[in-house]
Amino acid sequence: MAAAGAGAEGPGGALRGWVRDFVSGLQDGRAAEVAAGVKAGSWTILEIVEALGSCLENTEPRTRGRGLQLLSQVLLQCHSMLQEEEVTHLVLFYENRLKDHHLVIPAVLQGLYALSMCEVLAPGLAVSVLKAIFQEVHVQSLPQLDRHTVYSIITNFMRTREEELKGLGADFTFGFIQVMDGEKDPRNLLVAFQIVRDLILEGYVLGPFVEELFEVTSCYFPIDFIPPPNDPHCIQREDLIVSLRAVLASTPQFAEFLLPLLIEKMDSEMQSAKLDSLQTLGACCTIYGQKELQEFLPSLWSSLRREVFQTASEKVEAEALAALHGLAACLSRSVLSSDTEDLLDSFLTGILQDCRHHLCEPDMKLVWPSAKLLQAAAGASFRAGHRITSSVVPLLLEQYNQHPQSSQRRTILEMLLGFLELQQKWGHEDEEESALLCSQAPLCSVLFSALTDPSVQLQLVGIRALTVLGTLPGLLAPPDVQLVVDHLTRLILHADDSQSCMAAMEAAGSLAPIYPGAFTGRMVQRLAEELQSEREEEGRRSTHSLRARCLQALAAVSTHPGIVQETVPVLLQCLQQVPKGNVPARACDVVAVCQSLQRVAVQCQRDAESCWYYHQTVVPCLLAVAVQAAMQENAHSPLGKLLLEEKVLTAMVPIVSAASAHLCPELAAQSVSQVVPLFLDGEVSFLPQDSFPCPFQPFQGGQHVAAQRRLVALLMAFVCSLPKNVPIPQQDRLLQELLALSCSCDCPFTATAAAKCFAGLVNKYPPGQQLDQLLETAVNRMEAGLAEGPLRTQALALLLWVTKALVLRYHPLSSRLTDKLLGLLGDAELGPAVADGFSLLMADSPDVLHKGCHADVRIMFRQRFFTDNVPKLVQGFHAAGPGVKANYLKGLSHVLNHLPRPVLVTELPTLLSLLLEALSCPDCVVQLSTLSCLQPLLLEAPHVMSLHVDTLVTKFLGLTSSPAMAIRIAALQCVHALTSLPIPALLPYKPRVIRALAKPLDDMKRLVRKEAVVARGEWFLLGSPGR
Amino acid sequence: MVGPAPGGGSPLENANPLIYRRSGERPVTAREKDDELPDSIDDREIFDLIRSINDPEHPLTLEELNVVEQVRVKVNDAESTVVVEFTPTIPHCSMATLIGLSIKVKLIRSLPERFKVDVHITPGTHASEHAVNKQLADKERVAAALENSHLLEVVNQCLSARS
Repeated sequence: MAAAGAGAEGPGGALRGWVRDFVSGLQDGRAAEVAAGVKAGSWTILEIVEALGSCLENTEPRTRGRGLQLLSQVLLQCHSMLQEEEVTHLVLFYENRLKDHHLVIPAVLQGLYALSMCEVLAPGLAVSVLKAIFQEVHVQSLPQLDRHTVYSIITNFMRTREEELKGLGADFTFGFIQVMDGEKDPRNLLVAFQIVRDLILEGYVLGPFVEELFEVTSCYFPIDFIPPPNDPHCIQREDLIVSLRAVLASTPQFAEFLLPLLIEKMDSEMQSAKLDSLQTLGACCTIYGQKELQEFLPSLWSSLRREVFQTASEKVEAEALAALHGLAACLSRSVLSSDTEDLLDSFLTGILQDCRHHLCEPDMKLVWPSAKLLQAAAGASFRAGHRITSSVVPLLLEQYNQHPQSSQRRTILEMLLGFLELQQKWGHEDEEESALLCSQAPLCSVLFSALTDPSVQLQLVGIRALTVLGTLPGLLAPPDVQLVVDHLTRLILHADDSQSCMAAMEAAGSLAPIYPGAFTGRMVQRLAEELQSEREEEGRRSTHSLRARCLQALAAVSTHPGIVQETVPVLLQCLQQVPKGNVPARACDVVAVCQSLQRVAVQCQRDAESCWYYHQTVVPCLLAVAVQAAMQENAHSPLGKLLLEEKVLTAMVPIVSAASAHLCPELAAQSVSQVVPLFLDGEVSFLPQDSFPCPFQPFQGGQHVAAQRRLVALLMAFVCSLPKNVPIPQQDRLLQELLALSCSCDCPFTATAAAKCFAGLVNKYPPGQQLDQLLETAVNRMEAGLAEGPLRTQALALLLWVTKALVLRYHPLSSRLTDKLLGLLGDAELGPAVADGFSLLMADSPDVLHKGCHADVRIMFRQRFFTDNVPKLVQGFHAAGPGVKANYLKGLSHVLNHLPRPVLVTELPTLLSLLLEALSCPDCVVQLSTLSCLQPLLLEAPHVMSLHVDTLVTKFLGLTSSPAMAIRIAALQCVHALTSLPIPALLPYKPRVIRALAKPLDDMKRLVRKEAVVARGEWFLLGSPGR
Repeated sequence: MVGPAPGGGSPLENANPLIYRRSGERPVTAREKDDELPDSIDDREIFDLIRSINDPEHPLTLEELNVVEQVRVKVNDAESTVVVEFTPTIPHCSMATLIGLSIKVKLIRSLPERFKVDVHITPGTHASEHAVNKQLADKERVAAALENSHLLEVVNQCLSARS
């Protein structure tokens, strides 16, 4: 088009035509075309000015305005192409135009804005533009947009011409103050606040105008802006608050004006004003010094104290405490000249004076607020902490002894605990100067008395306080440490309340690394003796719980390498004694030992040395005990059998796994070269006890190997937990043996362990031809096994685990295997088991194929599985016969249950009808998982769900009388969640739901009644006033 | 049947009450998780129903203000009776009736219909104890009170879950 126009009249003609079109108001679009011409080089700015010619001098201000508008719009697009000389002319021209009619001003400002972005602006012009604006324009009488343009011009110049502007001195500051004085629009205020902040932070001269600048900004404090509904600019109250606070708290020069203002607003009734003032005060404290604060400290303190003493809201209280903390920190930080008084001291003295006596009053009404104030100040610095702690702690100790009631003592001790915890923050700096040193003896005696008090609550606080005291250096003398250990041991063994016992164990765990000697010498020894001695007192009812406590405590205290070396042998001895028959042996006892061993293993993982010690001590010992038991079984010893029970072996798996997962590769390689030959070739030489009655050959055929084969579970725990870079000797032979065992063993436990072990290795196997061949063999065996015969279940287990291993690593074969599973859902015999298998595929399994054992797990595998397979599941459901439909629903439920909620919500519309159908399915698993699937959807997608409210209400209410408690609970939770749907949709059902929920209120199970109460309460509130 | 409304700028009657610790969630026992064994309704269960009711004038629960205590709750599941005594924070508390009403409404909404619910003031803790108890025991008055939408609003606020 441009070319056509230019062709007809020459470029000049076209330009003149477009200018005419624009100025006459016919076509605003012409401005863009004119600008495009400049960019294309068809004409210059000068030619445009010439073309505008007469209309810039027209007597009608509207026409002049239009002309300038065109020029300004072109400049906005082409400012980067201008030459320095052009810019100078244009600037002078525009400055001159500022004196013109007010209708013209917006266009002039636009032009100046465009020019302010020019990099080639000659020195001096920026200052002259600003001077002209300050002089000629009354900014606050312009519309919002034009005011915004002025701020933008200033911002641009401040960014690029800082030095020149600073040359203006305080005149610039004064000019700006006049520009922004009276600004009301939040959009402009955000920019203006930013400018003021830059003025201050970039070091512009404020001169005599500090107070004016403060006035012109502080008049907005506190911000009470409420954004209009549907505000397209999205300016929140919080944005303005933060940006104004940045201005007010930007310089100590404002202090003398700001602090009185803050005090005034803190004293106001409005909570938002209080909060804003407190937060601003906190911000100021980071830059003020004691000079700024001095004069106002008494009134600040009295305001803060009032907010905490007469607290109306937790938020205000928290902010007041934070501000007090800030004040004390500020005073602690200030550098003093030789002749000034240290204000921190007098400030803290004032606080102590006002708070201390509340700690002593018998009714204890204001103890907590006082303690909180003192603690806020004490936490500010080492000095403040020292001053306050040394004054308050002796007082609290005295109070403790004066109050005989344990509830009061607990309150006092909780406060003491707070001060001790603060001490922890500084305690490590100056051991000598600890404020607690002189109260050490009475403190210990108070804490010990708390530990022997009959009140459990008091004991608990005492234990926590002792733990903190123990971590502070130099505060527990060796005899006190021994006493602490003895007290903890007593509580662990004999406390009536399990809470105290647990707390004592936790404390032992925290203190043991600090005082390892005391703990091994006294506690570990005592616990070991207790484990040994109780044999004689068998028959006592508490024996088992005492034994359980000893085992737990041994694990809890194993937090130091030295202690681990003492506790692990004790725990292992408990296991070794099982086959000898001289300890009370029940499966659950052995499991308890295993759980303790596992906990120790996890605690050892952090430390490489302990980790290796643990591994080389525990793994061979466990294997030896198990191998021994597997051989004894031939002699039909019932005690040996105990160790091979599924429960016990399952409890041993995590021990081996945790002991192996964090080994360094060299040590792991050393260990794997012993364990794999043990299973493949019966190499028992590395086991601590190496004389066995018969060879260990779990993979060989032959008589009596069934028991030995069960130990494949331990092999799995070991090899599947190793880091990927540890080579496994004879891996392919091992894989073949595992594959064979998993398909041929008639014991489901053994077969599953072999399948899991195979899958765990396959998951980490490097990709390539070898893996493909291996998988091909596996698939062939599975298919053969699945076809028919007595071992179909075993083949299915193998299929499931291998599928999981491949799904996790996105292996291409995984889709073939999942299709196979989908097909088997229709199998009359295996279908239900396959459906349950979907949960196995989606859930994290506890022993293999998870991140902790270095498996190859892609993060999005669940989403991917969902997208690939759910359509097929839905299709399968519709095509399936009535007998097997439930299998598909169950499989679907499992997939949905494990899917991240956001994904689920977006997929909801396509699946909802199926889920609603699933609610009528008689299968408990389907019902439960469908309910737990729908419950979050009710909360997150109420509008979609409200279309089905009728069905949902009916089904949920029906399920509240299900025979299974878990389903009744889930159904009631769904009825509760229904209340988040839009109220108009619910109101018609309110009477019916309330009536129906009367029945579960009388349910025989308390947990069901609890849910019914919550749900019914919410339904009563629906549409009722006061909700 | 109730005195002045709370809030509305009038000064609090008891501006600085003593605050008590909340008891934790009731731990779930193995027996409670067993599908087959019945759990009877006990004092703690009733206490759990009312302890989280909000006080009409403080942002605190009745438990935190010690207005209700577990020892002042008596339930007999077999005979279907519940007796709750509550203790106003100060003897002239004008909120006493409102608090009693909230407790009563909460129990009526939360207990099976077979229960007879008796809510009254702990003897000797309120100036007009007798009058308040009489109002709380009068079924018709309670019903009428709940017809009053303003009163219902305050009661519902007390019973709403704290956000």
